[in-house]
Amino acid sequence: MEIGLSHYLTVAAILFTLGTLGIFLNRKNVIVILMSVELILLAVNINLVSFSMFLGNIVGQVFALLVLTVAAAEAAIGLAILVVFYRNRGSIAVEDINAMKG
Amino acid sequence: MSSFLPPLGAVLPELVLALAAIILLLVGAIKGERSANLVTGLAIAVLAAVLLLVLLKPVVTLSAFNGALVIDPFSRFMKALALLGATVSLIMSVDWLNREGQNKFEYAVLVLISTLGMMMLVSAGDLIALYLGLELMSLSLYVIAAINRESVRSTEAGLKYFVLGSLSSGMLLYGASLLYGFTGTVNFDGIAKAATSPTLGLVFGIVFVMAGLCFKVSAVPFHMWTPDVYEGAPTPVTAFFATAPKVAAMAVFMRVAVEALPNVTHSWQQIITFVAIASMVLGAFAAIGQRNIKRLLAYSSIGHMGFALVGLAAATPQGVRGVMVYMTIYVAMTLGSFACVLSMRRNGQAVETIDDLAGLSRTRPLMALAFSGLMFSLAGIPPLAGFLAKYYVFLAAIQAGLYGLAVIGVLASVVGAYYYLRVVKIMYFDEPADAFDPMPGELKAVLSVSGLFTVFYFLWPAPLIDAAGAAARALF
Repeated sequence: MEIGLSHYLTVAAILFTLGTLGIFLNRKNVIVILMSVELILLAVNINLVSFSMFLGNIVGQVFALLVLTVAAAEAAIGLAILVVFYRNRGSIAVEDINAMKG
Repeated sequence: MSSFLPPLGAVLPELVLALAAIILLLVGAIKGERSANLVTGLAIAVLAAVLLLVLLKPVVTLSAFNGALVIDPFSRFMKALALLGATVSLIMSVDWLNREGQNKFEYAVLVLISTLGMMMLVSAGDLIALYLGLELMSLSLYVIAAINRESVRSTEAGLKYFVLGSLSSGMLLYGASLLYGFTGTVNFDGIAKAATSPTLGLVFGIVFVMAGLCFKVSAVPFHMWTPDVYEGAPTPVTAFFATAPKVAAMAVFMRVAVEALPNVTHSWQQIITFVAIASMVLGAFAAIGQRNIKRLLAYSSIGHMGFALVGLAAATPQGVRGVMVYMTIYVAMTLGSFACVLSMRRNGQAVETIDDLAGLSRTRPLMALAFSGLMFSLAGIPPLAGFLAKYYVFLAAIQAGLYGLAVIGVLASVVGAYYYLRVVKIMYFDEPADAFDPMPGELKAVLSVSGLFTVFYFLWPAPLIDAAGAAARALF
């Protein structure tokens, strides 16, 4: 079987869906949410690189590299905010993020 | 390649801002905690200088860095507006942060960096520049929301904003990858040429990109973060969030819709119409039960973004002009309202429930007068500025044949008037609470300018309308 563009796109779509579901269905831990976000960005990168290959256009790979860079910065900032939140609240369980409602 | 150096002169304001942010960060790092007031003062001066640079540069249309950044009258208008919002909200924050003992030099530096992101976002000419500008803005905003490290509410606001914000960036990026894949280019002009018929992949890409952008302007159904972040973040931060980032996000929303997707208008028009209706209705009904003034203004801003999107749904130059006028007037009204909220302080303690405003007309008659003028304007009572803003977007919607949208918008603004007028009623007819502490001079100045602008705008509307109209034509 020839592996074509649609196979890559399907894998990326499955990863993207898993990441999104991971954010919404997860009731336990904020770290899992951070991992789900990384999963979404991974799906995007698979999309970009496979499109770039099949279009014969290098821009997609440049975009993927920039996405990787930004993803690292995003993870750093997310973990930093999580640490200050933990110091105040003493917990990073999703159900404890409830100081404000309405 | 025509020359070795890229055309740096075209991005002079951005370069000045970037260099200033780095230098101020160094100044803060070297001089330590005591430098907060110096760095903030310099940051205000830099923002004002960049605003002047943007306004004084000749009005031209050119693209830099192989089309990654576009400098045109549209980006000039929206940049000036975002810079104005950032400058004024930074000026308003100094006194408040000093009194709360939270004046950190990082705050001013982060405001500068996020403003740089906004300027990139407004000028973005391709999907990569859009994404990088958006992340530069958002990553700084996540940190600014959690700037009060000792407070549970501030850090929780930062965490919520971060989680939902990164989800929305992911969605936008997934949409961008699909747009790239199905058009073969990341450049907006190239996408416009390639996207002539709404194929399935293209429509998916449009939906995901629009979802990400809706999050950034806090339109329903991606508004969940807004009330919590507005309430939890320190009040000056909320004032900043409510103005500059909204302007930048709305600008890029218009650019993506109008410049990159002009041949598949029908596909995105439906999305914008739905989002506009949902935001207007939710903004009107959800604000009714609120007791916290910052939460009320959060729902109010959701509603206002819905009204602004009505103009975009029209997809005409008149509509885009309407959105730009709307955003200008929205920024003026919001800055004034937050000047009032920032001066709600009793015996040195900041208060933020609506009941704290009771009887303000007897304890501080001028502040009550200005605040009720702003509330009437936000509700859209003629002849105040807020009414004219709504008039232009609804007019554009009707000219484009979107009668249902315009009717629902008018009805939503009638429902919304209830909670604005309730604030006025509490200020004028309830038993007075203790008087607030005296208002700092800069808040007085902002409140007066914003109040006078909203009340007397109808006497001289032409300059703003003409400027917005000329800028809007640059997109078509």
